[in-house]
Amino acid sequence: MSDSKAIFLKDATVNAADGDQRAFIRKALGGYYLNRDLQKARYRDWERARDAASMAKWSAVNDLADVLEKFVGNFERNGGVVHWARDAAEARAIILKIAEDNKAKAIVKSKCMTSEEIHLNDALEKAGFGVVESDLGEFIQQLRGEAPYHFVFPCMHVKREAISELFTKHLGTAPTDSPEELTMIARRHLRQLYVDADIGITGANFLVAETGQISITENEGNARLTAALPRIHIALSGIEKVVRHLDDLSVLLPMLATAGAGQPMTCYNTLYSGPRKKGECDGPEQFHLVLLDNARTRLLADPEQRDALHCIRCGACLNVCPIFKNIGGLAYGTTYQGPIGSVITPHLRGLKQWNHLSGASSLCGACTDACPVRIDLHHHLLHNRRNAAKESPTLFDRVFHHGFNFVIKRPWLFATGGRIFRATLPLLQKLPVPYMRAWMKTRDLPKAPARSFRDQWKNEHA
Amino acid sequence: MRVSLFVPCFVDQLTPQVGLATAKVLKRLGHEVEFRSAQTCCGQPSFNSGQWEVAREAAIRALAVFRGAEVVVGPSGSCVAMMRVFYPELLKGTPQAAEAADLAARTFEFSEFLVKKLGVTDVGAKFAKKVTYHDGCHALRELRLKEEPRQLLRAVQGLELIESEEGETCCGFGGLFSAKFPMISTAMVQVKGGALARTGADYVVSSDPSCLLQVGGWLSREGKPILPLHIAEVLAHDA
Repeated sequence: MSDSKAIFLKDATVNAADGDQRAFIRKALGGYYLNRDLQKARYRDWERARDAASMAKWSAVNDLADVLEKFVGNFERNGGVVHWARDAAEARAIILKIAEDNKAKAIVKSKCMTSEEIHLNDALEKAGFGVVESDLGEFIQQLRGEAPYHFVFPCMHVKREAISELFTKHLGTAPTDSPEELTMIARRHLRQLYVDADIGITGANFLVAETGQISITENEGNARLTAALPRIHIALSGIEKVVRHLDDLSVLLPMLATAGAGQPMTCYNTLYSGPRKKGECDGPEQFHLVLLDNARTRLLADPEQRDALHCIRCGACLNVCPIFKNIGGLAYGTTYQGPIGSVITPHLRGLKQWNHLSGASSLCGACTDACPVRIDLHHHLLHNRRNAAKESPTLFDRVFHHGFNFVIKRPWLFATGGRIFRATLPLLQKLPVPYMRAWMKTRDLPKAPARSFRDQWKNEHA
Repeated sequence: MRVSLFVPCFVDQLTPQVGLATAKVLKRLGHEVEFRSAQTCCGQPSFNSGQWEVAREAAIRALAVFRGAEVVVGPSGSCVAMMRVFYPELLKGTPQAAEAADLAARTFEFSEFLVKKLGVTDVGAKFAKKVTYHDGCHALRELRLKEEPRQLLRAVQGLELIESEEGETCCGFGGLFSAKFPMISTAMVQVKGGALARTGADYVVSSDPSCLLQVGGWLSREGKPILPLHIAEVLAHDA
């Protein structure tokens, strides 16, 4: 068993037994379902909009090299500097070098899952650079010393009282149970940091090839401050975030908001067009973009699962996933939680270590129906299972399925085996038969009938 | 019409009454019903476990078993989805691809067959009980069946249909998933089973006998006063 699987099983077992926490998460998502459905109803045809959004991403992803090249040409023409990073280590080194070259002292960062993927904060802190998260949820998670629970709602699992305690401990503020007051505490604390910071690090929701602009979507306004106030702006983005046309955003931005958060549009949608130009009075002096591969090209090379690169990180698949809701986001042990994480993590970090996430699914398909860009999520979990069985089959699975196949190939043996199974079922339920015991711990089995269907049918139709 | 029954392996062995009820309803509607005894399992457990080579063998055997059948009808959204959706994928690019597509087009889930193929909603059943309906995920999302079973239930004399919360939520069965990840599967059935029990219905009805194993097994263990029943059993009830 891989280490990651052992940790997953342990955490999932603990969390799945925590009824209070599970109820809290379900309640937290209750408003989302309502708002999402209200907003979806405002579309003339949500399904057609999904087609259009999927097509916009498909068109860019299936021609990625050319579209990226076009984007980079326009981005550079706007005065930005592009850095290509093959993997996490290269991306960290590039960002550290920019910080060192510019003798940066303070860094402020807005929400960016790609930075979680490359463990950027650790690297910056180890190199002596202070870095503060400016998104409220990420700020709370940073104070807690915990990874994001959900890649859109990082601290959705934290109760208000716990946030108040956290602020009292770290910021010395008086306890409060008012969400507005808690937000104001964080806001007051963060405002000066934007002014003091030399570098602002952001992610990117979309890279627009046609104009060379970066699109960032947020609800708090913190990304705009992060990008605009410090003298250096570094954006970090996966290469798959590129789209061809500015017009593609007319469908992608509202769908991102509706599918992910039940909003008509996210509050702030900003297009960043390069550093401060001659004659302009504000904006960063330098604008860097780090374009990260980190095994995305491996996914690109797989035509069956390439559509996973369409992902716009809206989080809709997590919000509807019964696995996510019952084990929580932290149990996955991945940067990207939920169905999309279970699909792509084996590609990004290795199938052998991460295939268990594809196994930990009832394949209900709620994720696939929720995905605004039509990623065939639950079928990709099946594809991962198949690839894993081929790459590193477990002895148990081989013996079990070949044995099962030996039986079902022979109807007489199946009928005889069935008869023995039914006769011994009461006994089997008491013995430590691995799968049977796991089932019996929480569920009964129906009383085995004396005669099978085939026996009864044969009798009646003899 | 001559209907060839597709009886899931676990229905054959554990809940034979579901297969018998399916045949009874079809016969009552005037159809000829056959059961080809060479059938065993559709191969879904192996397919879902990534053992596609093994599942492919099962698929090829099923093609042979049901060769020449006018229509194949199964009382399980999940096993029918295996034949309809996943056999074509398994056999893509093989010499059997065309036959898989042909079988997929001739294979129907029971409620789907009645409503969509035969155009029947009232099968002359009487069942004076309160029931709630559980959508199996394969029927709901692979076969896109939602209204069909409800239309059939609403036409049953005396039956009161109550919808539950968590209507489209998975019960957590997922085949071997329920035993490989029992803690997650149990958490899921707590959510779903709890919602079903809160309806106050006498029975939870589904077109998927595998979901009924899971839901029924949990409800029984928890001592909840609601029993699992397959839709064919409801529709077979005429007294």
